[in-house]
Amino acid sequence: MKHLPLAALGVLALAATACGSGFEDKPSAAPQSSGPASLRILIASSGDPETTAVKQAADAWAKASGNQATVTPAQDIHQQLGQAFAGGNPPDVFYVDASRFADYASVGALEPYGDKISNPDDFYPSLRTTFTRDGTFYCAPKDFSTLALIVNDGLWKKAGLAASDVPTTWEQLTEAAGKLKAKGITPLAISDTRDRIGAFMVQAGGWITSADGKQATGDSPENLKALEYVKTLLKDKLAQYPKQLGASWAGEAFGKGKAAMTIEGNWIKGALKADYPDIQYTAHPLPAGAKQGTLSFTNCWGIAAKSASKTAAIAFVEAMTKADQQLAFAKAFGVMPSRQSAKDAYVKEFPADTAFVDGAAYAQGPVNAAKMDSVLADFDAGLQQLTSQDPKALLARLRKNTQSALGD
Amino acid sequence: MRRSRAREDVTGWLFVAPVVAILGVFLLLPILMAMWVSLTSWNGQGSPFKSGVPFVGLENYGRLFTRDDLARENFMISVRNNAYYVAIVVPLQTVLALGLALIVNSRLLKGKSFFRSAFYFPSVTSSVAISVVFLFIFSNSGALTQLLGFFDIQGPQWFSDARGVIHLLLGMDTPPAALAGAGPFGLSWWEWLSGPSVAMCAIIALVVWTTSGTFMLMFLAALQDIPVTLEEAAVLDGAGRWQRFRYVTLPLLRPTMFLVLTLGMIGSWQVFDQIYVMSQGAPAKTTLTPAFLSYRTAFRDFDYGAGTAISFVLFLIIVLLTLFQRRVMRERRV
Repeated sequence: MKHLPLAALGVLALAATACGSGFEDKPSAAPQSSGPASLRILIASSGDPETTAVKQAADAWAKASGNQATVTPAQDIHQQLGQAFAGGNPPDVFYVDASRFADYASVGALEPYGDKISNPDDFYPSLRTTFTRDGTFYCAPKDFSTLALIVNDGLWKKAGLAASDVPTTWEQLTEAAGKLKAKGITPLAISDTRDRIGAFMVQAGGWITSADGKQATGDSPENLKALEYVKTLLKDKLAQYPKQLGASWAGEAFGKGKAAMTIEGNWIKGALKADYPDIQYTAHPLPAGAKQGTLSFTNCWGIAAKSASKTAAIAFVEAMTKADQQLAFAKAFGVMPSRQSAKDAYVKEFPADTAFVDGAAYAQGPVNAAKMDSVLADFDAGLQQLTSQDPKALLARLRKNTQSALGD
Repeated sequence: MRRSRAREDVTGWLFVAPVVAILGVFLLLPILMAMWVSLTSWNGQGSPFKSGVPFVGLENYGRLFTRDDLARENFMISVRNNAYYVAIVVPLQTVLALGLALIVNSRLLKGKSFFRSAFYFPSVTSSVAISVVFLFIFSNSGALTQLLGFFDIQGPQWFSDARGVIHLLLGMDTPPAALAGAGPFGLSWWEWLSGPSVAMCAIIALVVWTTSGTFMLMFLAALQDIPVTLEEAAVLDGAGRWQRFRYVTLPLLRPTMFLVLTLGMIGSWQVFDQIYVMSQGAPAKTTLTPAFLSYRTAFRDFDYGAGTAISFVLFLIIVLLTLFQRRVMRERRV
């Protein structure tokens, strides 16, 4: 009798696990519903302007096509999507951050619809590569951002520098930074992550993985050259991390006038306008090392492989990625259109952004491989202590960890 | 006789059946399901109980201890962080809770109910809200930094300072040769002995402050249970204030002490919300804890097997430590 409760629970558990087969998947493709679709759209919004703009666009599409579309801004989209996939009931359409794309695609959560969108070759090639896995173009890029060199015009003049002194190579960067430092101005504020320092790796001709994302190339001599260069900048106080300047990110240090230059993306426009409206600045292409290089950041419109209304979802994405619609988004919340055909109209509207848009031609997207999140977080932890660490050991560690993540 | 007993048994089971069913479905079953997931490499798509899910046996557990890679290193770092965290939080919050309870219980104190509510208040407030407030207090231009600045002290940049406190106290940046070598489970001795980071200390301060209110109530209930006659007897025997506390009050509080220490230990090994809201493991992984790592491995890397394996190892750690604690406190009683 003593063991009855345990036995009873065990039986109960077994019975319930058997019931578990009740939520087993239907084989292969999700059943497609016919008639007007009701799309659920989950977005990682940058703020109210973006939420409003996307909602309006979705409403307009719904009205014109006779479907329904509900846009929900996510609190934490990675968490919400992770749980939705595990629960088997994901939203139909959602933002996929480029750095997470491989994770989603590798587990089969994404519908590879990329080539069903009209004129897919119109998207910038670097963005298409970002959302391509094993030769399949999965999802349409929503928009993109690139890094550029942002210069504080006031501090620049104060140090006696002219517009022609804006550096275009690493050597010129060191030289201009030296002049600024001699005047007691912190030359460069740069965030302590691979999303900024990685640009130097690209400029040196290296990157964390090979172009196809299958080989770990972290410890290449090019990467070493890049990290050693950044380390010299930091050691000579020609560059400083934001926290050394008492700021939470480089844009804040730059906005407060604590540094004459920073390396940030086009999102800095909105941030500076909101928090530091008086600052005068210009954006320039990043200084080149062995070649020109920058990093791009982008989202795509992911469609769930389990969605019951994929046809409607693709039609929705088609409408959202039209050049006109992207220009409307650009005006509403300051992103750059992912279609090359929208480039001229965009540059005309925002001439100050030329450096950002031109970056698309030579930009490197985020690491396109699954299970890299913790590896890259570990690399960032190393970069935070770059001044006191051996770049060679750091890169060897990066290569070893990347290799084991890719090997799985 | 035997028959009626059997009938009683059946009736008894009938009465508890609803509870057994509820506990089974909502407690035991999910645990068994999670245990199954920890033995697979399920990637979070569809049900983990269908036939195609790859079964990997104990590999997810083995990886955490034997294979020399990032997964093991992250896990060991998280265990180290959490061990320091527990070692500081549990004694501090127990002492603070006992102190507060003694104050509130004191016959001399006026406005008892006010202080009782005031001390308990942090415990009923949402931990997320409190975490956000602490983020402001400890930020680089926050209240604490300004307060320290008032006394001409240059405070650390709390949430971006990854230096270990023991390293700081010793005033050393680089490890001495004896400690630089590899220690157990792939971390060097130097890394094991770092102490909690400055960022972790800020979280420790927050947790001690919020939890001590709850434990104060437990001590308070126990204190009020102690008969006044015992204390009076001790006074008659000529015992002073300290002696009364040390030899009368404290021994009588032992069961409550055990409860508080055990609950405190379990709670602090499972710390998650504060980490999630305040630091997400940064800076340089020094606020990574097993609970947060388990979440991140499962929901960020889609490695649900490894994630659940971490949580079962955490469960084992807690059970073992609780058993150990029970033994230590029992031996003293004899």
